[in-house]
Amino acid sequence: MGFFLETVIGGLMTGMLYSLVALGFVLIFKASGVFNFAQGAMVLFAALAMARFAEWIPQWTGLEGKFLNNALAFVAAMVVMYLVAWLVERLVLGKLVNQDGITLLMATLGIAYFLDGFGQTIFGSDIYKIDVGMPKEPLFLFDKVFPGGVLVNEEDLVAAGIATALVIGLAAFFQYTGTGRALRAVADDHQAAQSIGIPLKRIWVIVWTVAGFVGLVAGVIWGSKLGVQFSLSLVALKALPLVILGGLTSVPGAIIGGLILGVGEKLAEVYLGPHMGGGIEIWFAYVLALVFLLIRPQGLFGEKIIDRV
Amino acid sequence: MKLKSLSLAVVLVAAGTAHTFVMAQAKEQFFPVLSYRTGPYAPNGIPWANGYVDYLKLVNARGGINGVKLVFEECETGYDTARSVECYERLKGKNGGATLVQPLSTGATFALTEKAPGDKIPLITAGYGRSESQDGGIFKWNFPLIGTYWVAADALTQHIGKKEGGLDKLKGKKIALIYHDSPYGKEPIPLLQQRAAMHGFELQLLPVTAPGVEQKSTWLQVRQSRPDYVMLWGWGVMNSTALKEAQATGYPREKMYGVWWAGAEPDVKDVGAGAKGYNAVTMQHGAEPNSKFVQDVLAMVHGKGQGTGAKEEVGSVLYMRGAISAMLGVEGVRRAQERYGKGKVMTGEQVRWGLENLALDQKKLDALGFAGVMRPVSTSCVDHLGANWARVHTWDGAKWTFTSDWLQADEQIIKPMVKQAADKYAAEKKLTRRTPEDCQT
Amino acid sequence: MIYRENGQFKTSYRADQQIFPILQDRIAVLALLAIAFVVVPFAASDYMLRAILIPFLILSLAALGLNILVGYCGQISLGTGAFMAVGAYAAYNLQVRIEGMPLILSMLFGGLCATGVGVLFGIPSLRIKGLYLAVATLAAQFFVDWAFLRIKWFTNNSASGSVGVGSLDVFGYSIETPVQKYLFCLAFLCVFALLAKNLVRSAIGREWMAMRDMDVAASVIGIRPVYAKLTAFAVSSFYIGVSGALLAFVYLGSWEPAAFNINRSFDVLFMVIIGGLGSIMGSFFGAAFIIFLPIVLDQLLPVLGSMVGLNLGTAFVSHAVFMIWGALIIFFLIVEPHGMARLWSTAKEKLRLWPFPH
Repeated sequence: MGFFLETVIGGLMTGMLYSLVALGFVLIFKASGVFNFAQGAMVLFAALAMARFAEWIPQWTGLEGKFLNNALAFVAAMVVMYLVAWLVERLVLGKLVNQDGITLLMATLGIAYFLDGFGQTIFGSDIYKIDVGMPKEPLFLFDKVFPGGVLVNEEDLVAAGIATALVIGLAAFFQYTGTGRALRAVADDHQAAQSIGIPLKRIWVIVWTVAGFVGLVAGVIWGSKLGVQFSLSLVALKALPLVILGGLTSVPGAIIGGLILGVGEKLAEVYLGPHMGGGIEIWFAYVLALVFLLIRPQGLFGEKIIDRV
Repeated sequence: MKLKSLSLAVVLVAAGTAHTFVMAQAKEQFFPVLSYRTGPYAPNGIPWANGYVDYLKLVNARGGINGVKLVFEECETGYDTARSVECYERLKGKNGGATLVQPLSTGATFALTEKAPGDKIPLITAGYGRSESQDGGIFKWNFPLIGTYWVAADALTQHIGKKEGGLDKLKGKKIALIYHDSPYGKEPIPLLQQRAAMHGFELQLLPVTAPGVEQKSTWLQVRQSRPDYVMLWGWGVMNSTALKEAQATGYPREKMYGVWWAGAEPDVKDVGAGAKGYNAVTMQHGAEPNSKFVQDVLAMVHGKGQGTGAKEEVGSVLYMRGAISAMLGVEGVRRAQERYGKGKVMTGEQVRWGLENLALDQKKLDALGFAGVMRPVSTSCVDHLGANWARVHTWDGAKWTFTSDWLQADEQIIKPMVKQAADKYAAEKKLTRRTPEDCQT
Repeated sequence: MIYRENGQFKTSYRADQQIFPILQDRIAVLALLAIAFVVVPFAASDYMLRAILIPFLILSLAALGLNILVGYCGQISLGTGAFMAVGAYAAYNLQVRIEGMPLILSMLFGGLCATGVGVLFGIPSLRIKGLYLAVATLAAQFFVDWAFLRIKWFTNNSASGSVGVGSLDVFGYSIETPVQKYLFCLAFLCVFALLAKNLVRSAIGREWMAMRDMDVAASVIGIRPVYAKLTAFAVSSFYIGVSGALLAFVYLGSWEPAAFNINRSFDVLFMVIIGGLGSIMGSFFGAAFIIFLPIVLDQLLPVLGSMVGLNLGTAFVSHAVFMIWGALIIFFLIVEPHGMARLWSTAKEKLRLWPFPH
């Protein structure tokens, strides 16, 4: 029983981390109707920027103090992500207005590959460290109740806390600020929003910047766990079945979908895996999403897709 | 205007292709370098490639092989088999023909094993590749010099047995193998299963899908089954991820033993103190910053500004591995020259003979700068392995130090397995074992 | 002036419905085929044949298959690598388990197995489309990856999971030298390209295009969506399966499941996008582009770099290839969504009037 709890908790934590990445997808899709295949590359790019700036800033300015360095590196990475958002809007989205979904999807695929190559050219292909002071040792709770205790990863707990804070912050942003309301208006109906004077271009830049910020936070958390390297962008591929499960247009869907997927994956690998030789984690999420899609194509919380002919 | 841009394009293309028409000088030996500096395995591929190229530069700085200079060209494979094959095809005919090829990828080794004999280019797979290719009677052109995965797995098992107080004490213990789900990771399984049957320990197989960033469930399973030891057969990002997950689930790193491709600085640098106590088997050498070879490289290559990669990397584990792999190839050419003409450029066939008749005694190795690093290597027609020694080193938080005596893989167990696997390959490909006459050529 | 169609009157429906109604086109295509079959084997170097032309032919076949699915029928598929793997392993199993099996039959069998798997993973397309379908095909990709690593029977119980084929021969002619391999692949490609061109011009092709453009309206006028979508998946997977078998047998010789991983899927998708969605010729352009670009850059970039004093290593070339691919996809999607094939068609259209201004 103790081990089952461990697996579930581990799955919840992992799911939370995937949700962080999926949040970026949902944000961009809500506001601009574009499915951003490049979200993984953006997470990687942001994490690389943070890791390298944290290394370079002490060399350039001679500053000591880990907290100051990390804070400056974070700000620098944020500026980089804003630039990326602005360039994407200028060069890609602005020129592809009103194209159909497939075209935009493939354009983001192109952006993903470009960011991949560009990021590695500027920042390098080695494994880089992000050290934001996350705890690394495991926690063992309830060891009176269960023999050996239930393993809880402290770092994952902190990450889950950050993710929750981020979601609450985003919800507050959308609800209570003018820009947030404008974003919601644009997500509802582009043309209506334009007709009341909301500047669409600026909104898109803002959305991609926010998604970049979310990607940066996700990148810092993942990077702190795994080290920042090219293969981090593969993590984002896992977020795809997640958004499908939760619904492309719903932020709570991203969270809940992530939790379901994380728990399902870990349970399947630990309990089903040994009977199938192991390694089923890689496709379990996708097959789960697939089965779900056949029953409820719009996902748990998504809006029903209405096709007009 | 259009004519201008068109002619500019033509000039550029001409410049590009003209570059490739450089004719080989009369006295140059061409070494293609199949390396990977991008992708999930780059952190480990880069130091290896730097060591390899630096060694070739050192040989040139010392005057070449009896006056024959070495010429080399790198090709990016990204650890992808198809790209490795493409690099091989592109470089094998260049500059007078490739002397030998070292693909640094078990997957590529399988593919090139089919092609190299037809092209008459020897394939050195020092420390990787097919374990059964040590049988030179079937695998005429493969040279898994100084180490295969069965040697590594055997050495590790022996070391663990020693730790327990004897191989018979392993009965009832549990050893988990966390491996990269690819031909590379699967290689040690037959030998470990054999040893498990012999000594009565339980072998738990835990595959990790490439590239290996997702290991949480694997380590949850480790926590559930609580094996006495964990063997890590990873590469690239998978290694550091494994150590981070081990730390996160509280598995003692002292009980972890990695293969020689999972025991280098890029794997533990990130984790730092969290990897303290992690052990790995080494293919004779470890991190050798104090060896004479390193001093020579720093003086004659990096000192002249010719170094590939950072100076701090020289002497690290994978750097040494690359350098030693290059050394074995160069010595094969030197040996071939002893028979076919000193100071002449050697063909692939001649180098193959040289690699098959390597006789590197301790004196020669010391002269090359590998005193205390390597043991004698001597190959023969039927034995393309040359040496089956290994040691175990441990990460103390800042550097690797040796924590075991020299271990030797048990030929009684490995030889029959090699013969069986080699015969199976021969039956599949309809090859016959080489005759003693053939061994003389 | 080149494309003077004066005097080329068609006197029967059959003549009017030819693939190449203009005489100049026919001559050009016949000349191209003649060069491909006769001149290239003699003129091209071994390297050119082995490393460039053979993968070009094989991947064109895959791009052709994917174009049928994505370009003509509008169903996004990211599982190309998986279907190639199925084709390769099915052909391998038949070849190895049955003595004396003809090679061509094994390849076709590989294609048939890929068809089965393709139809299976295409069933979700009846309920979902667009991005969701892409995710469903990703499920196929990862599942098939895992299956060939884990299920020993597929790899003939090889310990390492890596399989290989020995020497190939067709009706007694061996396929060993690069020239023979090249001609073998070329023959396959020609037959299949002709089949594809005729398929997309026929009723079924029109059904596919109707599904792509407006699937709801198409079903309203009587086109059965199940039939159209599943046949698209079936035909596409057959092509892709055969190309997978060719890649494994002829080009690689010995392979592991990683040879057909998700990067392969993306590669073929890029070929189709850059070459031109919904165009047979576009598949060839796209394949040529994706294959040539890394090789050209490999030669060109270090030279350019040394001209400006930079030492550009192989890693930079790899990254540059990624960047250029990404940038070009975006460029083509903005400037010419129908890819290089449309650029070619536009050029031909202009040639019909040249040198007259309008």
